[in-house]
Amino acid sequence: MQVKALTFAVALVAATAIPAAAAWAEDFIIVQSTTSTQNSGLYDHLLPQFQEASGIEVRVVAVGTGQAIKNARNCDGDVLLVHAKPAEEKFVTEGYGVSRADVMYNDFVIVGPADDPAGIGGGADVAEALAKIKQSEAVFASRGDDSGTHKKELALWNAADVDPSSASGTWYRETGSGMGATLNVAIGMGAYTMTDRATWIAFGNKQNHRIVVEGDTRLFNQYGVILVNPERCENVKAEMGQRFIDWILSDEGQSAIADYTRDGQQLFFPNARMS
Amino acid sequence: MQDFGAAFAEAFALIVGLDAELVAIIGLSLRVTFSAVIIACLLGLPLGALLAVGRFPGRGVVIVVISALMGLPPVVVGLAVYLMLSSAGPLGVLQLLYTPTAMIIAQAVLVTPIVAALTRQVVEDLHGEYDELLRSMGSSRLGTIATLLWDARYSLLTAALAGLGRALAEVGAVMIVGGNIAHVTRVMTTAIALETSKGELALALGLGIILVCLSILINAGLLGLRRTAERLAYA
Repeated sequence: MQVKALTFAVALVAATAIPAAAAWAEDFIIVQSTTSTQNSGLYDHLLPQFQEASGIEVRVVAVGTGQAIKNARNCDGDVLLVHAKPAEEKFVTEGYGVSRADVMYNDFVIVGPADDPAGIGGGADVAEALAKIKQSEAVFASRGDDSGTHKKELALWNAADVDPSSASGTWYRETGSGMGATLNVAIGMGAYTMTDRATWIAFGNKQNHRIVVEGDTRLFNQYGVILVNPERCENVKAEMGQRFIDWILSDEGQSAIADYTRDGQQLFFPNARMS
Repeated sequence: MQDFGAAFAEAFALIVGLDAELVAIIGLSLRVTFSAVIIACLLGLPLGALLAVGRFPGRGVVIVVISALMGLPPVVVGLAVYLMLSSAGPLGVLQLLYTPTAMIIAQAVLVTPIVAALTRQVVEDLHGEYDELLRSMGSSRLGTIATLLWDARYSLLTAALAGLGRALAEVGAVMIVGGNIAHVTRVMTTAIALETSKGELALALGLGIILVCLSILINAGLLGLRRTAERLAYA
């Protein structure tokens, strides 16, 4: 009886280990990417089209841009698709990536509660709006997680000549989580927050929050794609990774990005050509 | 809270619709969790029994450490396993990161101390009762351990169930080492986390309800099995 149980256990473990071993023998690449692209549903739209065209399966690990870059530095991915241009360029300069190309863009927006305690609704100057939030000490939820959105937000505070870190824990609240989680927090607290437009449009728990500031050129949000350097990371599937990059930058890939809509609104705007 | 009503509706619709994707996610959850618990039992049962029966210097310290490890934060385990399995890490050549195997390893690390600590307590109590009898029979240490584990098997099921509950519920470790990749490493808990971050709160809670139902079914099944076995044994 004991022996039988043991045999059963061993057989079960073996049975589970074999499919796992088979899984990495197939043609697939790992893309380190951001929560905004995943939460908006873009990959569910794009990747089946690429797989159809190429036979290559793309496995997306969606984390903040900071963590995605860190993971790629550890060679735990073949392609990096994120949105923090200075950090991406540094990644390439330091030899971790082969080269960087623009893929698409959208923009960030400031969302806030309907009663708009800082009185910034309808504004188009993001620095002025942030300064008003500080003046009125209205609650602002920051990502606080070194993501692309967080880096952008810090740059905008800088442009508004405000140092929010000194107010951390009072009106400035750093959630240390992803975009969606931060939106849930902001909505729960009646706080303002900055989000990329794609995540906002696709977000299912908006309640009474709405866009209060948009249209400032400084809110531009550029996505770039980089092949992880196979000279530094010998496990990188350079050929398949490059095929994915070539496809996403091609007319076919670019129009697939443009085709993706939610509630009739286009979420990402391809701009590989312009770079 | 209208979300609660909506969540039950979502859960019901998901169960009735039973689409292939949900079945695959549930299947992977069960596969990862059961594999991890089986490995944890293979390691934790003998380890716990050894600690209960054996007398060696430092035993007290080991017992305290293993008890403390029951409270290991899943995120920390996930991070440690990530650093081991990362291509830049010592076991990088195995290329196990972002596979179900990596998730099984992380959960086995989480569950083993739970099984070992609970086994130690159960076996030690039993050992107190059996000590003289086993000694008079001239039982070897290994024989003693085997006898005690076998006689405590019904109580030890509880240790395994505690480990199973932990593994089925945790999200921090599998999120980091699995990467929550659709169709590859997405399990119930990471799917719930993803839907929450998409703001699909009712759907997320609906998945949570299904997970709880699943846990109830597993526990009912195993405890029922134990009852039947017990009845047959003492009949």
